[in-house]
Amino acid sequence: MLTLNNVEIQLGERHWNYAIELDTHGVYALLGRSGSGKSTLLNIIAGFLKTNAGDIQWRGDSILTLAPAQRPITTLFQNNNLFSHLSVSKNIGLGINPKLQLSRQQQLDILNVLENVGLSGYENKLPGSLSGGEQQRVALARCLLRRQAILLLDEPFSALDATTRQEMTALLRTLIDEFKPCVIMVTHDEDDANAMNATQLRMESDHIVFA
Amino acid sequence: MSDTRQRIGPVRYWPWWMSGAFALLIVLACTLLPAMAMFREAGAINWQQVFGNTYLQRVIWFSFKQATLSTLLALTLALPVALALSHKPRFLGRSLIVNVFSLSLVIPTIVAIYGIVAVFGRTGWLNSALSVLSIPSVSLYGLTGILVAHVFFNMPLAARILLVNLEGIPSENWRLAKQLGLGPTSVFRFIEWPAIRGQLPSLALLIFTLCFTSFAIVMTLGGGPKATTIEVAIYQALRFDFDITLAVALGSVQLVICLVLMILSTLNKQNEALAFNAYSPLATHSQSLHDQHLMSSIWSGLTWRITHNSIIALAAIFVLSPLLALVISSLNSTFISVLTHPTTVGALTNTVIVALASAMLSLVLALGLLSSARHLRIRLNYETAGQWLQLSGNIILVLPPLVLGTGLFLLLRPYADVFSIALILVVIINSLMALPFILRILDGPFIQSANQHDKLLQSLGIQGFSRWRIIDWPQLRKPIGLSVAVATTLSAGDLSAIALFGSERVRTLPLLLYQRMGSYRLEEAAVTAGLLLALCLILFVVIQKVIGGRAQHAHT
Repeated sequence: MLTLNNVEIQLGERHWNYAIELDTHGVYALLGRSGSGKSTLLNIIAGFLKTNAGDIQWRGDSILTLAPAQRPITTLFQNNNLFSHLSVSKNIGLGINPKLQLSRQQQLDILNVLENVGLSGYENKLPGSLSGGEQQRVALARCLLRRQAILLLDEPFSALDATTRQEMTALLRTLIDEFKPCVIMVTHDEDDANAMNATQLRMESDHIVFA
Repeated sequence: MSDTRQRIGPVRYWPWWMSGAFALLIVLACTLLPAMAMFREAGAINWQQVFGNTYLQRVIWFSFKQATLSTLLALTLALPVALALSHKPRFLGRSLIVNVFSLSLVIPTIVAIYGIVAVFGRTGWLNSALSVLSIPSVSLYGLTGILVAHVFFNMPLAARILLVNLEGIPSENWRLAKQLGLGPTSVFRFIEWPAIRGQLPSLALLIFTLCFTSFAIVMTLGGGPKATTIEVAIYQALRFDFDITLAVALGSVQLVICLVLMILSTLNKQNEALAFNAYSPLATHSQSLHDQHLMSSIWSGLTWRITHNSIIALAAIFVLSPLLALVISSLNSTFISVLTHPTTVGALTNTVIVALASAMLSLVLALGLLSSARHLRIRLNYETAGQWLQLSGNIILVLPPLVLGTGLFLLLRPYADVFSIALILVVIINSLMALPFILRILDGPFIQSANQHDKLLQSLGIQGFSRWRIIDWPQLRKPIGLSVAVATTLSAGDLSAIALFGSERVRTLPLLLYQRMGSYRLEEAAVTAGLLLALCLILFVVIQKVIGGRAQHAHT
């Protein structure tokens, strides 16, 4: 269970209050217009923003004081998921070891996870030579390999064309069924939410409601 | 997902503010302490007497006059040159001209002065040609010489920066101009002028500041009470009259004026990284060959062709002939003997050591300030505080190097023989002088790359030395290479600090060149100038290659 216990945040003039309980293996889609505070919620859960009040708990333990990298969380961002100067396998490897000191087994894990997302043979390529969809799949591969219990998706498809979007959604759905993380996806597109079979949440003025 | 991944241990890292605080402390100690020492030594200054002094009034007036005239001349001449180069996007030798234009920060002032004298001086090329036509010769000394030299340095710089703006005009604008049938006048009014107008005030400010604080040019080509600037008057007060009070009074005036100029340029947001537009590559033409033809056809006809060609030819001759004259005259009969002379070798060694040491110290300070500023600006969202931390590295722009040098002299005099540690003092001053340049070059890439990936870095826990090794170094080595190359050549060609602390025992190449020019050993001076120019060009290229690496990584 991921619990947001009256988490409050003040950003400039705006103020938000988040209170919600999410299932350990639930798949949620958070809808709302841009500027409504969707991404703010992800940033709070991931630890990129400091809150003014309240608590965040994962399975009963507070994660509020943990640094982003110490939380049981992995994030797929809308863009800039990859370092353009590092190969695909190094980009993924950074997800397991931030010093990039990888054991033999971990190197093999990287090759396996690349196969999972359908990118076998891509390990030595640079991100610049990949299409937008392929780049997102590399980022997804890293998320999978990090084996974190919570997966945050910050508009992961909005930079992709319609066909690639469908492929990504299907792939994501399969992988979620297999690994069963707690998923929160931020999107402004209801079709994405439906395609993911997600429980819909909505931002209403300054707080969050089940749709 | 099961949570079996190895946990990131509670590793202790240096707190983020440490590097910035360390650098800030060094910068402040090396500037404020000498300044305080100088003011204490000067004792009470009778300001009424200072400003009542006609010599001083004349010096201050002349400083403003020559800087204003230099700025106006450089800009007025740069505008047609930039336009002509923009109108003719393709011709043989264009990239050579443009590249030489961007070298004005690399060529040591004293070297260029030698070349200018060789062309425009009493026995130079110009006057030889004039005498053939029985036209009376032109004197280079005094205001004329100062203006010629300032235009030599700043016209190409300005033209190069304006050219970057002109080439930034999207090709759709040219197609539209063609479709609407706009003539050259309308094109200038509605397309070209708006593209460069915004750049002009900051460019003028930059050139004014450079000319106002110019030292070597005024010292060699000016001189005498009629053509002396504050900067040179400080030097004369210190080195010849040993009049600390006068020097401090002059230094204070200079400090106030520089402070005003710096505030103006800080308020002017355009000024960010301005001088380094000069280094931004033009080679990657976004325009297709077809678009270039389309654009060039706006200025069709013989008159335009002659106008463009003669503007470009005159500018090229003006900039290239001093360099050519220098190269030719340096290949004289004393070539081997001067190069192998122990004095030359000693000065060369000193120059290389001082230049590399200053650049490294400067880079360390810059990286220290930038690392902390980056954390403040991006992770903690304190944009203003971070900017201020970075601005602290610009303190030397307010404090003239000669004032700083005198302060250091007074500060250390009780504890050490200042002239025996001359090189250390020169390294300190030169590194502070290079710091604003390094900061400006690195600011953009540093903040941009961090901005892009900050959340990713945080969520993956990439920090400390690993961050530097895996992310920062590969992404930033190119601009770091450029900044170190600029800093090294600046220090290698600098005459101000070494003029103060140099002696028979300790010389660098610029000082040796100045002395050889002063004692009219012109053949030896020519070889020395050629050597210094070659050294700076080699350092500039080699350092960029070594630090920057070869392959440019694509940014997505």
